[in-house]
Amino acid sequence: MRFCAASDQSLLIYLGEEIGLPAHERVLKLLRSIEKKPPVWLRNVQPAYCSLLISFDGCRVDHAEVEATLRKYEGRAKSARTSKRKTLEIPVCYGDEFGPDLEEVAKIHRLTTHRVIELHCSRTYHAYFLGFAPGFAYLGDLPEGIGTPRLETPRRKVPAGSVAIAGTQTGIYPFSTPGGWRLLGRTPLPIFRANRKPMQRISIGDQVRFRPISRKQYVTWSGR
Amino acid sequence: VTSLLVESPGLLTTVQDLGRHGYGPLGVSPSGAADAVALRLGNLLVGNDPGAAALEMTLMGGSFLFPDGATIALTGADFAPTVNGKPLEMWMTHQIEARTRLCMATTRNYARCYLAVHGGIRIPRFLGSASTHLLSGLGGFRGRALCKGDVLQIGRSAKRIPQRRVSQTVLFALRPGKKLRVTDGPQSANFSEDTKRMFFHSPFRVSEQSDRLGVRLEGPKLATNGPADMITEGVTLGAVQITPSGQPIILGVDQQTTGGYPKLANVISADFHRLGQLRPRNEIRFERTPLAAARSLWIEQERLLDSPKLLFA
Repeated sequence: MRFCAASDQSLLIYLGEEIGLPAHERVLKLLRSIEKKPPVWLRNVQPAYCSLLISFDGCRVDHAEVEATLRKYEGRAKSARTSKRKTLEIPVCYGDEFGPDLEEVAKIHRLTTHRVIELHCSRTYHAYFLGFAPGFAYLGDLPEGIGTPRLETPRRKVPAGSVAIAGTQTGIYPFSTPGGWRLLGRTPLPIFRANRKPMQRISIGDQVRFRPISRKQYVTWSGR
Repeated sequence: VTSLLVESPGLLTTVQDLGRHGYGPLGVSPSGAADAVALRLGNLLVGNDPGAAALEMTLMGGSFLFPDGATIALTGADFAPTVNGKPLEMWMTHQIEARTRLCMATTRNYARCYLAVHGGIRIPRFLGSASTHLLSGLGGFRGRALCKGDVLQIGRSAKRIPQRRVSQTVLFALRPGKKLRVTDGPQSANFSEDTKRMFFHSPFRVSEQSDRLGVRLEGPKLATNGPADMITEGVTLGAVQITPSGQPIILGVDQQTTGGYPKLANVISADFHRLGQLRPRNEIRFERTPLAAARSLWIEQERLLDSPKLLFA
């Protein structure tokens, strides 16, 4: 465990130095233990692959005090069990205007587009955390052979529901936002709904699979 | 409940309060007023809670009609406000008569002006806040910037709100400026001493590309020592990220919640409102501040904003 001041009212806790399940487990356990009994000075927790960013009320505590408290939470968290993980399936219509980068990704890896889709659907992914935008889950890890660096120039607008890859990760854009990930397809499912409980379709710690659907199925689904 | 009619919205006008905090696990950023100090003072002038919802205008103000009148205050940047053609003093409570038009022009100094109304802007809250997050289209008035013809509900004045001003001493202490004080960022060690010297001794120009998500800067190219591709982690308001092109981006209130660029520094909390008042083509400089000093400055500022000597008749 390593602590580092991020700003005058926030602190980063690193619980590992590489992306993977061991660090993810520790992040999730510490997050759950903080959520169970949030300290009065806590303003926000932002989990990521190997770290938690803790924002606190600087009028109540300083970094040393926050660090000491978090060490206690981490001690308790170690023995905690994480609740059962939810598994969900995301239908995706791959290629054409829904996945404008599918051909390019296939070309880079000298695969057929069919094989790229097959590989993308071959794994159960872990939702490491939600970040970037509301409801955007960082899902990993992609199977060897389709990991692709992000676009050099991000798109100004990526349609909501776009299923994309970057590096060793995959994700779904919940909103129409700018984005630099490579687009393989689109899901007709809404990913973040402000009027539902929970608002997010995918939560930290969930397991996610993708399933290819036809354009016709996509249209039917969207109409529902 | 009475209303406020948007005759022209200005360049970019949104509903903001002090933001939604604590939703990092959902990937939801805080949003809220870019200059929270101006928002709080505006609300106090009209007899509201400091965190009530108000309008945030950017660089150029709009024109608003109050069919039943209202008690208002304008704080932050001076957009040359007038009522029926007569200039209106900033940082002061005003009684606006029924069917009166409030007009604003372009800024005379900083980036953002706040229009606070007694009773606040009445809109449904998203995760406890009325703030607009433009990127996701969540919160605020229909998740978007205001348009011509929008009608907003505001609280009705039950009693007459005393006319007050903000103390000049307070305004002077909190005045915006082009020097931002920063503490070391979490990846500060990834930058060479030469790069850091360049960062702390060079002027940077605020780019036209800046918005509520972040202030983009143009200046000398800053090289990273460490790996260019760091593991994505949580990022906070005021984080000074250095992009692969060597240019800094300072994260703003609508920030993305996580990021993978190394952070050389972080703007101190006591300068957040100054960050929110930067406008394109401003030339700014950074000043290094120890963590403990930054915290003292924040506590001092909070005390000032709670002080009974803040407003006077």
